[in-house]
Amino acid sequence: MSNSPKKKLVTLTIDGFQVTARPGMTVKAAAAKAGITIPTLCFLRGVSAIGSCRVCSVELEGHDGFITACNTPVADGMVIHTDTERVRTYRRNLLRIILADHGLDSTAYCFSCAKNGACQLQALCNAYGATEPAWRVEQERKPILESNPFLAYDPNLCIRCQRCVGACNTQARNHTLHTAKRGMRTTIEAPFGPDWKATTCESCGCCAAACPTGAIVEKRRRTYRSWETRRVRTTCPHCAVGCQYDLVVRNNRIVDVDAAPGQTNDRRLCVKGRSASFDFVDAPDRLRTPLVRNPTTHELEPASWDEALDAVAEGLGRVKREYGPDALAGFACSRSTNEDIYLFEKMVRCAFGTNNVDNCARI
Amino acid sequence: MAMLSVAPKSPDDERLGAFVDDFRRRVDSTPLGVCPLVVTLTALETAAGQTCGKCVPCRDGIPHLVELMRTLVDCDADASVVDEMRELSQLVRDTSDCAIGYHAADQLLAALDAFSAEVESHLERHACTAGIGQTVPCETGCPAHVNVPGYIALVAAGDNAGAVAMVRKDNPFPTACGLVCEHPCEAKCRRRLIDDAINIRGIKKYATDQAPADHVPVPRRSPDTGCRIAVVGGGPAGMTCAYFASLMGHRVTVFERRSKLGGMMRYGIPAYRFPRERLDEDLRAILSVGGIEVKYGAEIGTEEFEALRRDYDAVFVAIGAHTGRTLSIDNIDADGVIPAVQLLGDIGDGAEPDMTGKRVVVIGGGNVAMDCSRTALRAGAREVSIVYRRRQEDMTALQSEVLSAVAEGVEMVTLEAPAAIEVDDAGHCTALLTQPQMTGPIRNGRPSPVALDVPQHRIPADLILVAVGQDIVSGPFNAAGMPTNRNRFVADDALRVPDMPGVYAGGDCQTGPKTVIKAIGAGKVAARNIDEYLGYHHTLPFDIAVPAPHPNDRTPVGRVNIAERPARERRCDFAGVEIGMSAQEARQECARCLRCDVYGIGSAEGGRVQYE
Ligand code: SF4
Ligand code: SF4
Ligand code: SF4
Ligand code: SF4
Repeated sequence: MSNSPKKKLVTLTIDGFQVTARPGMTVKAAAAKAGITIPTLCFLRGVSAIGSCRVCSVELEGHDGFITACNTPVADGMVIHTDTERVRTYRRNLLRIILADHGLDSTAYCFSCAKNGACQLQALCNAYGATEPAWRVEQERKPILESNPFLAYDPNLCIRCQRCVGACNTQARNHTLHTAKRGMRTTIEAPFGPDWKATTCESCGCCAAACPTGAIVEKRRRTYRSWETRRVRTTCPHCAVGCQYDLVVRNNRIVDVDAAPGQTNDRRLCVKGRSASFDFVDAPDRLRTPLVRNPTTHELEPASWDEALDAVAEGLGRVKREYGPDALAGFACSRSTNEDIYLFEKMVRCAFGTNNVDNCARI
Repeated sequence: MAMLSVAPKSPDDERLGAFVDDFRRRVDSTPLGVCPLVVTLTALETAAGQTCGKCVPCRDGIPHLVELMRTLVDCDADASVVDEMRELSQLVRDTSDCAIGYHAADQLLAALDAFSAEVESHLERHACTAGIGQTVPCETGCPAHVNVPGYIALVAAGDNAGAVAMVRKDNPFPTACGLVCEHPCEAKCRRRLIDDAINIRGIKKYATDQAPADHVPVPRRSPDTGCRIAVVGGGPAGMTCAYFASLMGHRVTVFERRSKLGGMMRYGIPAYRFPRERLDEDLRAILSVGGIEVKYGAEIGTEEFEALRRDYDAVFVAIGAHTGRTLSIDNIDADGVIPAVQLLGDIGDGAEPDMTGKRVVVIGGGNVAMDCSRTALRAGAREVSIVYRRRQEDMTALQSEVLSAVAEGVEMVTLEAPAAIEVDDAGHCTALLTQPQMTGPIRNGRPSPVALDVPQHRIPADLILVAVGQDIVSGPFNAAGMPTNRNRFVADDALRVPDMPGVYAGGDCQTGPKTVIKAIGAGKVAARNIDEYLGYHHTLPFDIAVPAPHPNDRTPVGRVNIAERPARERRCDFAGVEIGMSAQEARQECARCLRCDVYGIGSAEGGRVQYE
């Protein structure tokens, strides 16, 4: 019965609007169809829907408690209210409780936080008038884990929403980052401490990308503020998978990379794509002009593209004439795009006349 | 003159009664995986709240212990805090005036010892031990980790065959467990907080009643691996291992000593509790996987075992615990004195004992004693008495079994220790002589009997059935090098036999007599680990989706229990005693499930105990 492939659409009422939805759709998604936004904090589509923050709680008529819109599937005849006085009060107070757990002192009320301006907790608190923590907690300052070259975890800022856990387990599928227990307290065991090399963490940064606060960040995030940047959508040049991402650019310099919902990566990136694919653009020792070796001095000397390409064509042509096409081979750099690689391969096969062609990308 | 009053001194005492009942349910359902120091702290806080406020150590000491304990729970304590706690607890224990004070301190000291590993982890690692952390209660409590909320949801959706398949994903004996499982899954059921545990076993029985296991197709066997596995013993552990190993594509040969499969489920559990045709449903389904060869009448001795080790890639020893323990009292070998396992075993092979007109005495207080006594009634016995040296509430049998036996007319003769057997000239027993006992000090959680200084009693008996425990015939395997401890095979948590690569042991023969579901759990562990040992890592495909949950209905509703046929009727035959749940009852019972796979910890990473 329940497993039959053909399922009827269901109709429910959200804030007075009749909404038709596919079975299995969440209340949040159904509400979005009707143009109603239900705020979420611990929810991240495809990554985590554990319903820990309860910020998306809405009223369901005929039900004792509230339901969480992020992970409750729609059912026929549901009557849901997402914006009553009680919903708004609960929402604000939940945010204030989370705020009390957020170690605001450690960042001088967001001032020194790397995510200031890009923090979802900050944005939600602003939107729902949660201006003060629900209560004061005496919190000793816990040490920040930042031995990993790329990533840092600040337990003082962690609100234990567990998005990072979902990211490492279901998105990166690396199963490194877990929750642990300290008596009654759930804590995050982030593998960025002094023994980071001994862990199975790949430094992919999916956890940092998932973290709604400044608790887990790529360290480079501390060097810019999001409002100073613009984004340029591009394809990762590091291998042939073709992950989509945005280059984060400040003053015409790439300062970071942000995963985009690409066909092949759906907001994921590996450590190479996220942390090793843009620094070289502005590297001081990067070659900015072709170099041709002077046959007499044997020194490399700057040359124009025409001179350089002529030299290459002449040299390769000579080898081909003297020793035949199979004396040549082409080996492309893995940082080339698929389009570049295609043309390269075309050149080797058609111009060189050999099938000796490969690329070092091995992902 | 002051006026007297009939009103209670504290008007809320009565209301408090109901409140405490509710509180007790919360304590009873303490989630699995909770930090034991947290529970200790809670107990201590309860004690602090109970102090009458008279004596210094209790009134002022316990609240301070609470503070110290809290720093330990929070992992902020160092060893000196624990020392201070011990010292102060000793003072409270030794100087408090009443039990509210000294029992609290005693309990704390006992907890610090019992949970020493946890204490150490809090002090050294500033975190709980690795195993701490909650998981779905029913699925965790089940030794085979059956996806309980999953199959309950399928039954609720009317898909009983899907439910049977869901059980079978982790346990190939859905019928056996529907009928005779001791249901450890129900112990911590979260629904207890609201009213009572879900009748998890009953729902499973309903599913297998509606969709018999042998009518629900088993998954397709994985491609043949050519690996050969010998399973010694065709009981719940052996057949579970055979089922999963065969599904993974290995070739299994089961060596069964008797003429039929099922082990204790056939040769120990009477048919009125587990009708044979129902057992055959599970067995038929298991064998329908293919790739399982059964050799009946196969006695495995030392040489045969050594040959198995040579000829097979892996061996799983699951021979159960099939011999009866005995008592060292006079004339225990007399005619008419029969070991319980022998009686039940013979019945398993088709014998129909006739006890018409006999006075039968059963010695023992476990489930086997209940099985024997109820079997004797059905075999026509005139009177059946169970003789037990402790009290009825101390019996190790399930209380429901005891009550069923009483209802059918079994006499419980408690606090009588067997002293000797009286025989006639022909050497046949005529009576059991017993020494009256009184209940005494509690040791290992049970009051131990103390002989009363009064003359012995004489209980006339034409037949005496001895049900004082079972033993394992591990000798032949021991001779081949398998280590044993008190006749039980020694194996690690992965069921590997030390220094015998490829040999695994599990079930009753490794744990001592336990439950069917524990043996099933062991069979599954063995199959998985043998698969890894053989260099594979099979995952078993499963594509039945769990229906979406409905938001929890929090209205308290009574638990549907499984009814039994009237005692006076059922005691006359060997037909099954239990009556099935109606569809209406099953629907209500399923609707009570709180779907802990979705609500609560089950939705978080690491909240489930499920294998692929
Ligand atoms: S960087 Fe990647 S692998 Fe490491 S903890 Fe984060 S998500 Fe897991
Ligand atoms: S580190 Fe970030 S994502 Fe992870 S639990 Fe803490 S706040 Fe949530
Ligand atoms: S309420 Fe349901 S899911 Fe939760 S423990 Fe009980 S049976 Fe299991
Ligand atoms: S899921 Fe939420 S309500 Fe349930 S035990 Fe966990 S924290 Fe409490």
